[in-house]
Amino acid sequence: MSRLAEITVATLSKDLRLEWRSKDAINSMLFFALLVVVIFSFAFNPTAEESRRIAGGLVWVAFLFAAVVALNQTWARELRNQVLDAYRVSPAPDNALFLAKAIGNFLFVAVLEALMTPLFVVFYNLRALGPAYQLLLVAAFGTWALVVNGTFFAAISLRTRSREVMLPLILFPISIPALLAMVEATTAILTGEFSARFWIVLLAVYDVVFTTVCLVLFETVLHAE
Amino acid sequence: MKHRFTIFALIVLALLSYALYQALVVAPTEQTMGDVQRIFYYHVPSAWTAFLLFFINFLASIWYLVQRKPAADIVALTTAEVGTVFCTVVLVTGPLWARPVWGIWWTWDVRLTSTLVLWLIYVSYLILRRFSTGSQTPVLAAALAIFGFVDVPIVYLSIWFFRTQHPQPVMGGGGSLDPRMWHALLINWLAFLAFALLVCSIRYRLEFLQRELEETQALESLLEPKP
Repeated sequence: MSRLAEITVATLSKDLRLEWRSKDAINSMLFFALLVVVIFSFAFNPTAEESRRIAGGLVWVAFLFAAVVALNQTWARELRNQVLDAYRVSPAPDNALFLAKAIGNFLFVAVLEALMTPLFVVFYNLRALGPAYQLLLVAAFGTWALVVNGTFFAAISLRTRSREVMLPLILFPISIPALLAMVEATTAILTGEFSARFWIVLLAVYDVVFTTVCLVLFETVLHAE
Repeated sequence: MKHRFTIFALIVLALLSYALYQALVVAPTEQTMGDVQRIFYYHVPSAWTAFLLFFINFLASIWYLVQRKPAADIVALTTAEVGTVFCTVVLVTGPLWARPVWGIWWTWDVRLTSTLVLWLIYVSYLILRRFSTGSQTPVLAAALAIFGFVDVPIVYLSIWFFRTQHPQPVMGGGGSLDPRMWHALLINWLAFLAFALLVCSIRYRLEFLQRELEETQALESLLEPKP
């Protein structure tokens, strides 16, 4: 166990350091999300009351699209100099690699969300009428739901032709219930009309189920020949 | 082999004609909906067949990951393809019925929406198979199939709750079905299942031969390098 944790931390800190120096993923995600915010604002031109109703959808669709940008770069970095092949033959536990990548993506998307949320609040005049602290739970569970499957599917789409296109095509259908839960929970909290509890529990269940499936199947997919 | 296939095909043909007769002639006309309701004998059996095929796809994917038998992979591929076709039939016949009866083509009801999501998941599965190259395709596809299958109950639960919060016109549940209607329905299901099995076996054979051919060609090009 400690070995798994050790290698996870080592890989994670390597990825974070690389990202800190290049800022590839975070910059492209940020700019992409900003574009989505502006374009949605033109497309819908909502009043304060309307935007409270549609903001949940807008926010999460923007984050979902932006997250795909980061997820696509997850494994591409390891292809240079055959790093992934070296990892495959090394005795390091495979799940350590997966966990490090998933946690790394989680942190990138979390930073993106922290930076973009104020912009959303300003551009759409948002104010939560429900318990706002629950938004933190929704953000944490929702982001993990996106990145855990996204990291796994990025490893799958890595082996296909036109891999950048492939990732959203296989990730979005599976993510539909998670996306629905995030949007509904956010809308519930912003409008204060109904409780978000069911959706938060559903997100937690989704996280637990798919984290388990990912950890069980990752070794198979990594070593697929 | 060839004889068995012909006999099976003839049986399926007979079953399908008998089921058609049952659905269009023997089953009584529904009181309020009229003849439009007869689409039910195609809609529901297609749905059941599609769900069964997707379930077989899930089992075959696990079987492949455990034993790595090429046959398991071919079964997974064929059931996903044929299941998607049946699922498409469900999604097309549904609106055809809904338009005259509900007055709308589509509603985001729990059954409609989850069938649509199911269809999306398996189309993405087929796209992955189409786009991935080389010998790793079966493993990647099997992993995605397991994800898709695990997702189905969560999809259903989430949409069910989504819809109970936002009431919509939903199909009238309850009420009892005339025994002749039941008969027509079950006969049609049997016929559709047999038909699906027939198509799957053809597709299985085709895929098997295709792979054999590819292997032989690869081997030949290794043995005799062209001048």
